[in-house]
Amino acid sequence: MQRIGVFVCHCGTNIAATVDVKKVVEMAAKEPGVVHAEDYQYMCSEAGQAKIINAIHEKNLTGIVVCSCSPRMHEATFRKAAEKAGLNPYMVEIANIREHCSWIHKDMEEATLKAVILARAAIAKVNLDAPLQPGESLVTKRALVIGGGIAGIQSALDIAEAGYEVDIVEKLPSIGGRMSQLDKTFPTLDCSACILTPKMVEAAAHEKINIYTYSEVEKVSGFVGDFTVDIRKKARSVDMSKCTGCGVCSEKCPSKKNPNEFNRGLNNRSAIYIPFAQAIPNVPVIDRENCIKFKTGKCGACSKVCAAGAIDYEQKDEIITQKYGAIVVATGFDVIPLDKYDEYAYSQSKDVITSLELERIMNAAGPTKGHLERLSDGKSPKNIVFVQCVGSRCSDERGKSYCSKICCMYTAKHAMLIRDKYPDTNVTVFYIDVRTPGKNFDEFYRRAVEDYGVNYVKGQVGKVIPQPDGTLMVQASDLLENKQILMEADMVVLAAAIEPNKDVRKIATMLTASIDTNNFLTEAHAKLRPVESPTAGIFLSGVCQGPKDIPETVAQAGAAAVKAIGLLAKDKLTTNPCTAHSDELLCNGCSQCANVCPYGAISYEEKQVNDHGIRETRRIAVVNNALCQGCGACTVTCPSGAMDLQGFSNRQILAEVDAICR
Amino acid sequence: MSIETNEEFRPKIVAFCCNWCSYAGADLAGSSRLSYPADVKIIRVPCSCRVNPMFILRAFEKGADGVIMCGCHPGDCHYTTGNYYARRRMTLLFSMLDFIGVENGRTRVEWVSAAEGVKFSQTMNEFVEKIHSLGKNVRLEDLRCRN
Repeated sequence: MQRIGVFVCHCGTNIAATVDVKKVVEMAAKEPGVVHAEDYQYMCSEAGQAKIINAIHEKNLTGIVVCSCSPRMHEATFRKAAEKAGLNPYMVEIANIREHCSWIHKDMEEATLKAVILARAAIAKVNLDAPLQPGESLVTKRALVIGGGIAGIQSALDIAEAGYEVDIVEKLPSIGGRMSQLDKTFPTLDCSACILTPKMVEAAAHEKINIYTYSEVEKVSGFVGDFTVDIRKKARSVDMSKCTGCGVCSEKCPSKKNPNEFNRGLNNRSAIYIPFAQAIPNVPVIDRENCIKFKTGKCGACSKVCAAGAIDYEQKDEIITQKYGAIVVATGFDVIPLDKYDEYAYSQSKDVITSLELERIMNAAGPTKGHLERLSDGKSPKNIVFVQCVGSRCSDERGKSYCSKICCMYTAKHAMLIRDKYPDTNVTVFYIDVRTPGKNFDEFYRRAVEDYGVNYVKGQVGKVIPQPDGTLMVQASDLLENKQILMEADMVVLAAAIEPNKDVRKIATMLTASIDTNNFLTEAHAKLRPVESPTAGIFLSGVCQGPKDIPETVAQAGAAAVKAIGLLAKDKLTTNPCTAHSDELLCNGCSQCANVCPYGAISYEEKQVNDHGIRETRRIAVVNNALCQGCGACTVTCPSGAMDLQGFSNRQILAEVDAICR
Repeated sequence: MSIETNEEFRPKIVAFCCNWCSYAGADLAGSSRLSYPADVKIIRVPCSCRVNPMFILRAFEKGADGVIMCGCHPGDCHYTTGNYYARRRMTLLFSMLDFIGVENGRTRVEWVSAAEGVKFSQTMNEFVEKIHSLGKNVRLEDLRCRN
């Protein structure tokens, strides 16, 4: 029989306001096995933990129950306290009477009764607890960064600087990400490429960093400290070791009418191309879908002009298998498709563009060489209208419920740059709210209004109507003046919402990292562990976790790197001891458990057993504790009931069920 | 069979929640103060695939009026495939339970992610309401278990 101590926390008034803590103590004391019960203001405090330690010593406790907040919050705290007192840390159970009780119920009597029942269930469980010993696993001292934008580059540089090998996997032919497409950055207006490209070069030149561009993560297995990843290096059709990056192949390529993704499809590129001038690696790639050689077998112009003989039409995708200790996800974002927003005439008029397209138009390397002009007729626009919150803060299912965070600031930047370079252009911004939290952000916005004369109108645009003369009629409301506005514009710029990269779902599934309804990766704790995924060993960098601007992305990328370094710096990790084990007297070696095990942790051995005096050799399932992650799939599959999960055993869960239904 | 009393019907409801998604979703419902009836008591399991049909039968045997199992959304399982197994098992179990008189409304599987506090609370409210409409469960209960 266990000697159990029950400790009920008031959590200030968080619990005590709706749960009669004394009553819980009184009722818990009557449960079988309980030899000590007390309450305290804050069990997690130093003094609270001291109470637990003292009680363990004084009353010789063999197990404890803490009735407090969620075990996801303080289970580790109380386990450590128990360990300090010489108790096995797995002899601790938590009854969650805050998140699952006091915070959601208002009636004191009802909440108290529920707290008593939850305590009862935890006591029933701890009665059947057994001391567990965690094992150890080794850490592979190498990190994988998925995504080669500014977030991925920064994380990789920081990890590499700490002395660990890092591989960056980038889906596109060059690293650089969204930031490489931007022209200027707020609030300092420095040129995006000028601050990004040195980082790209630094990453490429770093002896600890290895970059796989035009590559994708195909398969991930293993667990924290010991992931095995298959990377598909897609065939570039160009030998990277021979190519000199001269660019003659692109010039001579006859297939030139392919939308240029880097310029958001605003102009065309050849089928063999280098995405942009500062691309790393500076090696072209053949877009096989549009290459004449691949489509018809006739052409081969690039091969003929390549002096280095680097073109290789026979190149095949390559699978690289590598082990990693930590994985940083930095998959970034894209702007939402605007096909559901017909009222803004985005698909009807070339002069209705997204802000990211405007970035390309304003960039010297863009489709218009940096001249602000209408894509329909090449004329300079005289009246430009910016529409904010296109798909952001949207209440219907067409858009996103969240604020995309960066649009207010980049629109102020665009407006300011346009007014600066083309002072006779009228710029009007329609907004719901202007949100400028950030260092020097509000000052920047005020400069746009006060110094550059940008016309900000609070109100939403209802419709953009293309006119026969090529102009656009903008129908909007002015909420402050309470009137409808009809305004003629030559160009309309839509601040489309941003959303996580569409591949993130696939990657999250491979990593078993959780994801929210908007496809942003979920952090382990919204406030206290913002760069870690709940899945150990997976770290979040940049917009994959939520909308962010560049400084925030860089800061988070660094934070994710530090967390990864903290993991890589360890030689060994303690493993979760809540693993499955089979009862050799019940196991009949049927192999069903091995079939459902996602980790390949179960193997079979011919083992000598002593079944009530009968000695015989039987085929028995054996669980590798280093591989087992403790899901329990095998325990339910086992037809003879031989498999059980330590820490969540059949008897324990049944005891909880009984306690709740009593 | 069942003993009629004049007391207000307070159903006993057991909710099995996986540690990674649904339990965290329940925590989020809690920290967001999204209420649901106190009749629901949560048991934490590592994964929905840890829920043995035996646990659910035992709950009904001991007088539960409804059992709900929550896990990660299909495809999002922390252990990759656990919730697929759970889904198949529960489909079979629930149809068997329905056959022997434990109506389908008393058993439910719901996928709740760690970010879906609202969904957790809504699901529990709906489920409790459903159990109220069905009334006390009279099948499977072992009356010798009553105290």
